[in-house]
Amino acid sequence: MLTAFAILTDGLVYAAYLFIVAIGLTLIFGVMKILNVTHGSFYAFGAYGAATAVGIYAESGLPAAVGFLFMVGLAMAIGLVLGIVLERGLLRLVYGRDEVVVVLVTYAAFLILEDVIVLIWGPRSYGAWQPMVAAGSIDIGDLTLSNYDIILVLIAAGLAALSYWALRFTRYGRLLTAVIFDRETAAAFGVNVTMIYTATFLIGAMLGTLGGAVMAPKISVTLGIGVEVIVLAFAVVAIGGMGSVEGALIGALIVGICRAAAVHLVPQIELFVIYGVMALVLVVRPHGLFVRAQPRKI
Amino acid sequence: MSKHARIPFALAALAAMAAAPAQAQQAAPAVKLGIVSFLTGPAAAPFGIPGRNGAEILIEELNAGKGPAPFNKVGFGGSKVEAKYVDEAGSAANTVTEFRNLVQRDKVDAVVGYVSSGNCLAVAPVADELKALTVFYDCGTPRIFEEKARAYVFRVSPHATMDNVGAAHYVRDKFPKLTSYSGINQNYAWGQDSWRDFVGAMNVLMPKAKADKVLFPKLFAGEYGAEISTLLTSKSKVLHTSFFDGDLEAFTYQEQARGLDKRMTIVMTTGEAAITRLKDKLPNGTIIGGRGENGWLAENTPIAKWFAKIYSDRYGIPPSYPASQMAQSILGLKLAYEKAQKGNDKPSTEDIAASFKGIEFTGPAGHVKMTLGDGHQGVTGTAYATYRYNKKTGQPELVDVKRYAAECVNPPPGVNADDWLKDGMKGAKCN
Repeated sequence: MLTAFAILTDGLVYAAYLFIVAIGLTLIFGVMKILNVTHGSFYAFGAYGAATAVGIYAESGLPAAVGFLFMVGLAMAIGLVLGIVLERGLLRLVYGRDEVVVVLVTYAAFLILEDVIVLIWGPRSYGAWQPMVAAGSIDIGDLTLSNYDIILVLIAAGLAALSYWALRFTRYGRLLTAVIFDRETAAAFGVNVTMIYTATFLIGAMLGTLGGAVMAPKISVTLGIGVEVIVLAFAVVAIGGMGSVEGALIGALIVGICRAAAVHLVPQIELFVIYGVMALVLVVRPHGLFVRAQPRKI
Repeated sequence: MSKHARIPFALAALAAMAAAPAQAQQAAPAVKLGIVSFLTGPAAAPFGIPGRNGAEILIEELNAGKGPAPFNKVGFGGSKVEAKYVDEAGSAANTVTEFRNLVQRDKVDAVVGYVSSGNCLAVAPVADELKALTVFYDCGTPRIFEEKARAYVFRVSPHATMDNVGAAHYVRDKFPKLTSYSGINQNYAWGQDSWRDFVGAMNVLMPKAKADKVLFPKLFAGEYGAEISTLLTSKSKVLHTSFFDGDLEAFTYQEQARGLDKRMTIVMTTGEAAITRLKDKLPNGTIIGGRGENGWLAENTPIAKWFAKIYSDRYGIPPSYPASQMAQSILGLKLAYEKAQKGNDKPSTEDIAASFKGIEFTGPAGHVKMTLGDGHQGVTGTAYATYRYNKKTGQPELVDVKRYAAECVNPPPGVNADDWLKDGMKGAKCN
């Protein structure tokens, strides 16, 4: 019973982490058809920004909640600036090119941004643990849960609900959905696709930095964290279906629960589970769980 | 400028050109070293940068002739040392390419470096192929010299078996009635070998204690919620980990939030490298290793104090074990170079390699004897200690320091580490 409960809670926490880091990636792919490797950089910049913010607020003696909001705010501001620079300064120049070319461009930008991190923050690692410690813990039976993990699950649930509402019940969401389904038809009906692209990329960038910011208190903010995240986020997005927000949510839940079960029951296969699940899903549904079959354009 | 006005300049230039060869004849040719370490990527902060910094400050001091005896000759045998720093980041293939560049293009006299065991395994055969003198400073795999005899490759720092045998000794000393222990190690060669060696040593030293939870999360996984839950359900009183860098720090933050260290004592075989950064975030009572008597675990010898001073004066923090290992490796090479040197001439690579074999000296990382791997692999004693954070001074402290002799925690010459553990650590000489 304890093990089952632990699998459920651990699975939910890991799924929350995966969903938060994957939602921006899938949104950008859905609208712009760009597999954005710089999403890993957004995550890393968010984490470094959060570590900087935590350092400032820890010195100032402000309440933890204010510090947490400051951390998230600063990280998302960094995401906004990065998004504008990359989209306006780089990506708009390669719109319409082959998808492989665009992936390579984002990969090149990712490598450059890794060095920018070294220039700004240096090679040392940073801790931003204060919000997690301030959140405290709760005992449930023999298990001690971190309240910060519970907050992470709530943030992921909030993001899922917000994106569902925004995509279905707002004007921008409907325009976005139209562009996702057919960019050319949407443009023919007068939708400003360029504006949609820019706005989507900025939102995706801010979601990426938000992921880094909320994870920063749990991890050591160090060089290379973006690489790990982009691989995981890609696996989740591939399971759910490239471009599908609900797919990312379900993909994150499947991977989270399967991984937690593996760690508790068969730890030897933990490494295999994430990619095993991905392979299994793609064998049955090559475009992922939540992508409808597309008619081929001629 | 008129023609007449140019004459003095031309004369000055001629005079400078004439003087240059004379100066060149007087100065001994520089010794060129390639220093390879992680300068970027996740292993840069805990290992690569301290290693690089250790090399930088040591070479400066040696070039100024400020090293303590027997390292007080300027540079290497009177020749200034020129270092070229190369980033170890990238694939093993890339590392080998960079190694070839150092040897064939830059014509370095020796290469000192490498943190990753994978990179050491890739570079070792190429070093022998190119007949390039190479000193590994941090990588821990015993396989380097156990799989094949090497002619031009040396490693002053002991291999990783010592770390885990030392950890098992300390656990036995602290918990003589231990019945169960668990482990969390990264799922690659370093983590798996570390756990195998620890279990092997525990089977010999504490046969009644059994391994309970055995976890191998992915390298740089970052999120350990499920692993911590699994460990919380265990009755083990000791947790072994060879985690390093971001993994060690992330695990420490996450486990403390869930109180794991209140239920079991964590043995961190590389914890020494994290002390300066974690400070009060490292749980009191954690058992700390530093891959030998390095850094915070160094003996209070004059050379260790000297190195700690020059390092802290420059970088503002005490040297951690990668810095000490780098210094130890360069000093070993310096001694071998000077031993091989006849007059002021540069010794040949073969002569340096011959004099390096079986060398014995005391450096910042303790007393090293090159007894394994046919004289190419060093052994030292090791030390473990218990961590305390002193709130009054705001400084970390290591208490209950226990030192284990080289002959106690290393296999004897000619015996593979794995065989030694399986055979019950025969020949170990412990006090």
